[in-house]
Amino acid sequence: MAPRNCALCKVSRAILKRPKTGQQICKECFFHVFETEVHNTITEANLFKLGDRVAIGASGGKDSTVLAYVMKTLNERYSYGLNLFLLSIDEGITGYRDDSLETVKRNQEQYKMPLKILSYDELYGWTMDAIVAQIGTKNNCTFCGVFRRQALDRGAVMLEVDHIVTGHNADDIAETVLMNIMRGDIARLGRCTSICTQGEDTIKRSKPFKYAYEKEIVMYAYFKKLDYFSTECIYSPEAYRGHARVFLKDLEAARPSTIIDIIHSGEAFEVKEEVKAVQKAQQTCRRCGYMSSNDLCKACTLLEGLERGAAAIAVTDKARRKLVTMEGGTIDTMRTIPYFQLPSHKAGVNSSGLASSSS
Amino acid sequence: MSQSTLSIKVEFGGGLELLFSNQRSHKVSLPSHVPTAPPDANTTSEQGKKESGRPADITYLMYWMRDNLLKEREELFIENGTVRPGILVLVNDTDWELEGEGEYVLQDGDEIVFISTLHGG
Ligand SMILES: [Zn+2]
Ligand SMILES: [Zn+2]
Repeated sequence: MAPRNCALCKVSRAILKRPKTGQQICKECFFHVFETEVHNTITEANLFKLGDRVAIGASGGKDSTVLAYVMKTLNERYSYGLNLFLLSIDEGITGYRDDSLETVKRNQEQYKMPLKILSYDELYGWTMDAIVAQIGTKNNCTFCGVFRRQALDRGAVMLEVDHIVTGHNADDIAETVLMNIMRGDIARLGRCTSICTQGEDTIKRSKPFKYAYEKEIVMYAYFKKLDYFSTECIYSPEAYRGHARVFLKDLEAARPSTIIDIIHSGEAFEVKEEVKAVQKAQQTCRRCGYMSSNDLCKACTLLEGLERGAAAIAVTDKARRKLVTMEGGTIDTMRTIPYFQLPSHKAGVNSSGLASSSS
Repeated sequence: MSQSTLSIKVEFGGGLELLFSNQRSHKVSLPSHVPTAPPDANTTSEQGKKESGRPADITYLMYWMRDNLLKEREELFIENGTVRPGILVLVNDTDWELEGEGEYVLQDGDEIVFISTLHGG
């Protein structure tokens, strides 16, 4: 097939067909449009202000590696004036996380960003290896998700950052929209598409790659020769999400705009006030001080279950209430999580939901 | 019909190498034309759709790889006669979508890269 010229510069040979637009573009134009679109996402949503301290949630995988590289590039190019950090959570999964953390350590050198690694072991006293040894591989992703979310917030407090950015891309968000629809989780539907969650009252989280397609992220990493780690978690990822992902990829193969269309559908859902009201008011966990909609936060509840050796029952809300009411006093030797305190300028009444979007 | 062979460099990324002996780079030699007798009886139905004797293209390379290189879980590589959705293919560092995808006719010395996008964030 004859080489085709770039649709943008008309000079260089095209190397990529953009999934979003179908345009055929050259390498330099691809780098430029990809970075510029992320910059536009950031400025249109007013994500940062001069002098912000921002942690990049870094797993060593493709999305967060590309995010770190692009954040560094844009911070320099457009003088955002951000102090960037890498924040990694070590779940304690031998042969998986230990290898990917090596990648993050190399990224620290390559991108000259300070790195903080916080482990489940130091925070909760349990590694995922130990948790799986106790509870098996049925509910382990629930534990991991709850523990990771809280660990990221706590790591952010240790780094004294104002903001956590994560590598969630357009495909991830579309997948989460689908899953929330399939589960009937309408209250979460609107939130999962928002670029920024949790406002002034706690540590801000946002997704600068909200409109970036996975294909372009992987192509960007390939052409920039970025160093990332790619192996499936050995404790088999959530099967349901896996099905949603394959379904989405099949849809996308038939119609590339599917991803953006689904995100727009998610955004278009306006959750009525009555539905929102069902979400519980936020308080702080009686035991560890972390944001919680119950007396005990999810992490403390799960941890207590682990410590009592009865973890399997601690997963549902119903079971959580049961656990809370039956608890007379905590076991003396039980490990608990260090008390959580937001930096004073951020402390306040927490009213927003503990949104979990994806992974 | 030509009996010559093509030297092709095949690379894997994004975790796809795990299906191919965990080796990222392979140098392979394959016939420059699709043989009259399929390399393996299993391939008859899929390849029967296209006449044998045609110049080797990426679709042929994929089935050749399945029969000669793939170590496990074929369904994670090939689906409905093409790569599984979520796998990106590059021909000499160009998106295969610009090169005719599976119908791209291989040239001696080509470098074909397969990258999975499905693994990890
Ligand atoms: Zn160009
Ligand atoms: Zn707690």
